[in-house]
Amino acid sequence: MRTSECDMVIVGVGGQGVILISDVIGRAGVLAGKPVRGAETHGMAQRGGSVINHTRIGCRFSPLVAPGSADLLIALEPAEALRFGHFLSPDGVALISNQPVLPVTVTTGRARYPSLDDLIEPLCGQCQRVLALDATALARKAGTAQAMNVVMLGALSQYIPLSEEHIIQALVEVVPPKHLEANKRAFALGKAEVE
Amino acid sequence: MREYLLGNAAIAKGLLEAGIGLAAGYPGTPSSEIIEGLVELKGDLPLHIEWSVNEKVALEVAAGASWTGCRSVATMKHVGLNVAADPFMTLAYLGVGAGLLVICADDPFCHSSQNEQDSRRFAQFASIPCLDPADPQEARDMAIYGLELSEKFNIPVMLRPTTRVSHARADVEVSQDRPIPVERRFVKNPARRVALPSHARPLHHELLAKQPAIEEELEGCPWNRLTLRGETGVIASGIAGLYAEEALMDLDLDHTLLRIGAYPAPKKLIGRMLEHVSRVLVIEELEPVVEEQVAMLAGKINPSIQILGKEKEIPREGELDLITVRNALARMNGLGIMERASFAAAEIVPPRPPALCPGCSHRATYYAMRRVYGKKAIYPSDIGCYTMAVGMGTVDTCLCMGASISLASGIRFGGETEGICASLGDSTFLHGGMTGLLNAAYNKARITVTILDNSTTAMTGHQPHPGTGVTATGEPTAQVSLEELARALGAGLVETVDPYDLEGTMEGFQRAKDFPGLSVVIARQPCVIKARRSGTRPRAFKVSDECQGCRICVEYGCPAIEFEGEMAKINNLCTGCGICAQICPSSAILEVEI
Repeated sequence: MRTSECDMVIVGVGGQGVILISDVIGRAGVLAGKPVRGAETHGMAQRGGSVINHTRIGCRFSPLVAPGSADLLIALEPAEALRFGHFLSPDGVALISNQPVLPVTVTTGRARYPSLDDLIEPLCGQCQRVLALDATALARKAGTAQAMNVVMLGALSQYIPLSEEHIIQALVEVVPPKHLEANKRAFALGKAEVE
Repeated sequence: MREYLLGNAAIAKGLLEAGIGLAAGYPGTPSSEIIEGLVELKGDLPLHIEWSVNEKVALEVAAGASWTGCRSVATMKHVGLNVAADPFMTLAYLGVGAGLLVICADDPFCHSSQNEQDSRRFAQFASIPCLDPADPQEARDMAIYGLELSEKFNIPVMLRPTTRVSHARADVEVSQDRPIPVERRFVKNPARRVALPSHARPLHHELLAKQPAIEEELEGCPWNRLTLRGETGVIASGIAGLYAEEALMDLDLDHTLLRIGAYPAPKKLIGRMLEHVSRVLVIEELEPVVEEQVAMLAGKINPSIQILGKEKEIPREGELDLITVRNALARMNGLGIMERASFAAAEIVPPRPPALCPGCSHRATYYAMRRVYGKKAIYPSDIGCYTMAVGMGTVDTCLCMGASISLASGIRFGGETEGICASLGDSTFLHGGMTGLLNAAYNKARITVTILDNSTTAMTGHQPHPGTGVTATGEPTAQVSLEELARALGAGLVETVDPYDLEGTMEGFQRAKDFPGLSVVIARQPCVIKARRSGTRPRAFKVSDECQGCRICVEYGCPAIEFEGEMAKINNLCTGCGICAQICPSSAILEVEI
């Protein structure tokens, strides 16, 4: 029996803006009158480490998404997509920003960073759809590379049970006014990648 | 009004709705955002908010305010309560004036901690009530209730969120009520405020005597709730209650459920359940606090009952999750378990452990330290970002806040003859290192103590401290000098170095090493994250064709240096510290104009 309307994990590297995506979704949920639960990574793990954020729309239980049951995996970094691939449900969708961020284990030569194909290909057998996009380039096109996470939010907006109106309204609450227009453009570019 | 709030922000809102007049805390994951949330919301409210020097101080400040008739709160992480244990235990005897809430955030799984102790035990030890929220809404509601409960029974109350509550987000119902406290003053009452033996004995008696009334009250509180259904019972505490409810729904099981959110555990509710069921599964994170109570009551009420829990089904370490709880219930009912999904293909993903930031001055200090003291020296370290430098060979110990200095003394007096160079951060030194330094001076320890001074409490989110000259609310205040402090505490030699000047730093360490007594090296350079936020313009460097591919710069471990082909390369993470240029034997790394 389903205990949540939509379960997702948003993953990336500390500092990429994972929390903003979840915060916007949560606020949009409140606007829509839906319960939302989220769990964040703070503290030590944030310092350049892998971060995972669990977000559950239409859910009144715990904030944690169980491995194997995420409807959506949103990865702001391709290696992190594969690292957390086990969260995906067989019916799930993976949305991946394909710009690598090399971990210190790779820069110091202790580990190798796989090719993009090697990172993404295994996920294709794990879920229903995998979409890798150059979100950083799209964000740059929108006016600021910093809005890469909002490009991903735009793509993600097509898969969640929340209206675009509520999501944009929540985005306005979260983003500083001077960056709002660039973020709205970033959102639209991300959304267009999915349509 | 509903808002999507972080658990700690929800707690901050609850505290303001309860009309607190004082909040004191020391930063510690996962508790730090409570004080920060209060600062954000303070506005013109007559509310004193402080980052205290440590948790003991925070609790004492909060107790003083409570005795002055001001609703007060002390915030800390679980291990902070160990520091505050001294006032904590005796406050239970002395009681409160206005409500006193001790918020102690636990961290099952050690997400960002050195241990995963269960603070419910500490509340039990002190004989005070403990509120164990399952989610941000309960955390907000309990913050208000806890202060009322504290006043009703003249006792400090613990609110114990865990990481998955403090750092969860949820839609939370809050109000804009901001009651303004009435006039307040300290009322003298030695029999209740002076813990002389002659006062303490009757106060201990009183503390024990009020327990039944507290238990009676909590039996009826909204977070201890029993739903009688089938003959199998489930008891779940705090967030485990949510895992249990979700698992029961998922498995479509008609079990009797007792959710517990307030301690002492409700004996009557447990008793009613035990009379109704033939077997019971107790689900709680970490220690078997409820389970022990259940076993004791079952002996009296229903000795034949089967009690499942920590022995096999529910782990006593780490944090619980839906799958663990679901599978425990499934096994109990002979249903299929849910395999924990794993993904062999993910083995190719390179590890991404948390690491010191690009350009972090701690890395530079440790590099210089290691060059001077050498491989054989002993390097006691401490709690902070710098513990992540464990791979550099300069972190040999990490025990608790400030322990590096006392451990170094003990290692010396225990018979170690090699060089000993301890290190700890500025905030950690002020929190728990000063007494260790005084002790080292007094007892003539020949060691070096390095204060890694990045002028902030970096790991927990850049909170100010007495060395920064700024209060929690951003007001300017007296700035303590670490140099003068170190001298006053008895250091025979105090060296201040700039970690970004490698040669100068090594010279400073060399003088400290040669000094025949207690030496202190203060390595000062602002945290790179703070420097970037304040708009400090970084220098820029590039690798020239002179690079011989020796990898010395790469092995330095800065994430801004990569190795491409046969040459080093500086990537866009570079903050311009310039250490790589100083260690390059071929002088191949050059500063360039921005």
